[in-house]
Amino acid sequence: MLSRVADSLYWMSRYLERAEHTARLIDVDFQLRLDQSPEAGAGRWRRLLEALQAPLPEDGKIDATTLTHILTLDKTNSSSIISCVAAARENLRQVREQCSTEMWEQLNRLYLQVNSTTASEAWLLHSYVFFRAVREGAHLFQGVTDSTMSHGEGWQYIQLGRFVERTDALARLIGTHLSRLPYSPDQAVESEEYLEWVGLLKSCAAFEAYCKNYTAELRPLRVAEFLLLNPEFPHSVRFSVAKVHAALRAIAELTERKAEQPVRLAGRLRATLSFSQIDEVMASGATAYVESVRQQCGQAHSAIHQIYFDYPVEAELAF
Amino acid sequence: MPEPARALFRPPFRNYQFDSAYDEMFEAPGVPRPHYQALFQTLLGLPPEEMRKSQQAADLSFLHQGITFTVYGNDEGTERVFPNDLLPRIIPHQEWRKIESGLTQRIAALNLFLEDVYHRGRILADGIVPRELVYSCRHFRREMRNLTVPRGIYVSICGTDLVRLPDGSFAVLEDNLRVPSGVSYMLANRKVLKKVFPTLFRDYGVCPVDHYAQALLATLRALSPVHSTTRHEPTVVLLTPGVFNSAYFEHTFLAQQMGIELVEGWDLLVHDNVVYMRTTAGLKRVDVIYRRVDDDFLDPLCFRRDSNLGVPGLFNAYRAGSVMLANAVGTGIADDKAVYAYVPAIIRYYLGEEAILPNVPTYLLTDPSQRSYVLENLEQLVVKAVGESGGYGMLIGPHSTAEQREEFRQAIQAEPRNYIAQPTLSLSRAPCFLDGEAHARHVDLRPYILYGENVTLVPGGLTRVALRRGSLVVNSSQGGGSKDTWVLRA
Repeated sequence: MLSRVADSLYWMSRYLERAEHTARLIDVDFQLRLDQSPEAGAGRWRRLLEALQAPLPEDGKIDATTLTHILTLDKTNSSSIISCVAAARENLRQVREQCSTEMWEQLNRLYLQVNSTTASEAWLLHSYVFFRAVREGAHLFQGVTDSTMSHGEGWQYIQLGRFVERTDALARLIGTHLSRLPYSPDQAVESEEYLEWVGLLKSCAAFEAYCKNYTAELRPLRVAEFLLLNPEFPHSVRFSVAKVHAALRAIAELTERKAEQPVRLAGRLRATLSFSQIDEVMASGATAYVESVRQQCGQAHSAIHQIYFDYPVEAELAF
Repeated sequence: MPEPARALFRPPFRNYQFDSAYDEMFEAPGVPRPHYQALFQTLLGLPPEEMRKSQQAADLSFLHQGITFTVYGNDEGTERVFPNDLLPRIIPHQEWRKIESGLTQRIAALNLFLEDVYHRGRILADGIVPRELVYSCRHFRREMRNLTVPRGIYVSICGTDLVRLPDGSFAVLEDNLRVPSGVSYMLANRKVLKKVFPTLFRDYGVCPVDHYAQALLATLRALSPVHSTTRHEPTVVLLTPGVFNSAYFEHTFLAQQMGIELVEGWDLLVHDNVVYMRTTAGLKRVDVIYRRVDDDFLDPLCFRRDSNLGVPGLFNAYRAGSVMLANAVGTGIADDKAVYAYVPAIIRYYLGEEAILPNVPTYLLTDPSQRSYVLENLEQLVVKAVGESGGYGMLIGPHSTAEQREEFRQAIQAEPRNYIAQPTLSLSRAPCFLDGEAHARHVDLRPYILYGENVTLVPGGLTRVALRRGSLVVNSSQGGGSKDTWVLRA
């Protein structure tokens, strides 16, 4: 497979995952704000922007309408939903012959749908329809991909992109939450704060799954354990890292390259997450732990880039 | 037009009009030609609403598939759907046979011409084609002198534009010997029409076109250098300028259909005159490149230095014979619009035959008497820049303003070699489905000719339509559309 193609598939997948993540975060936020005081809402916006790595507005004013617009339909913001979907489509367009026709059509349809949306007051009131469309569009794309594309090398890069992006986004979201909110780990959270923790779980599509596991009693320790260390839930950090590791192993095998570094980095991170204990993590500083996960994920990303996408030609010719 | 004949017209032909042009469907107002009879009857029985729905479904399917092209010089909405018309253009078997033999003859002669010009130059020495005409051509490549290409095939893929004149005969309007495009629309149109008229299609006995990609791959493989046939199956790739090229959809489509890699310039590199592509599993050797990049941009070391689309060192590897290009470099001299005027003589010279498909009369502006005639009659003629394609750099006399004519007059006087003139042709017209009705629009025909181990013509081609009323320009970049072309089995 061409390096450029692998690169495009990887980034296509990352951008689409990013669009889905952003859509979920804003949607959850929108629902929560209905139940909250304006002051609490402003705090949420700050955390949201931090979790999405979006800059605070220059005047420092937190205005829901403007911010929603910037994060969703603003084409000048390269991490808005519309920009992410467009970037995903542009990447796929460059490698169209590598994906199935159904995949292209699905992503193209999502792009046309997002692009035909215009922001207005009425749109904002019913924006959940839009967010649902983005999420469903992304889910549909995943389903179509899994059932129409060979699960060969190209598919593995798509997996890789999705789960690298997810690991990073989840770690950032959890990190922001834990560092900005006061909590006592092993006590059930109360009324006003309850909403914040529900918000965190819902932002990871994890509320229902959490309740099944631990009942509806929310304890920060358990929430953190579930989102960081659960091996079965698809939006947990551990699950995502396991997927990254599996994809890298498959790719190393398919390309028959001595590409130990990415596999080793991902494997180490996977092992760390598999053998971590949540009370130890909390005791020794959850924020630092999450930050280290992000760092290692970033290292794996760089290694992938260097080994598969942009290797020095001289070394290859010497072979 | 006599009134009684009009009365015969029922929807959707109520407003169908005739002029001096040949009509593909009707031999006389209201009387369809025998091979159009079945389509005519079907259309009469079809509620317009039904057709409109089919048209919308087809448009949407084109949009969702992303069958688009890029318009240059237009910032907004550069990606456009290529308009497709639902009424097929039907060509009887006999007519196709003649087209086929005419085009086979033409591609054989043009390949011999290219080989001759880049080697001994007999045809120039014998004064059949003026030497200065060839050497002054912008697409002449000195670098190709005495370079031998496999099987003497310079042009592997050719798309020739044919028009039908008022007397019903076909003539060649221009040859496209560099990087002809549009074949994917031929295949896409066919797919849509099979859905819209399944029964009609079956009953008509239409020749299939679906094997084009396979034939193209065989043609490309026939070029592979000797060393590769013993080593392994040749690695064939399609080189595209990238996603911003107007024909990008087609590049991806063909690569996918052939099952070969679609590469951009920076996926390739040359080391010791060997071309490699950069894959995730390391470097892989490339044997044949179906390039959709113009000569100028192929190799910044050899041609345009500012090119980012090409591969440094590619031309040297080509000269060394370790990689093959389709089409060869420098084929543009044979589709130069001034050299075009000599093609009948070229056919006579190499094959000893008369051209089966005639040319359109062409005025060479380097000739003083022809030039003065053209300058006096600009408002009746079509003037074309010799090295341009895609409908750019063109003056259509009858539809031009005095200002435009003046502009061309000056350009011609400054560089007469750069232009040719032709009478304004009345291209044949075929029914198109527009605004819920059938209307006559001008069409041409571009069949695709493949030259590998032997010459292959997929029976069909791209019928391009000038969708704007009265317009004579069919190019997609100038507001044209296309329709499916049905060549009948018998």
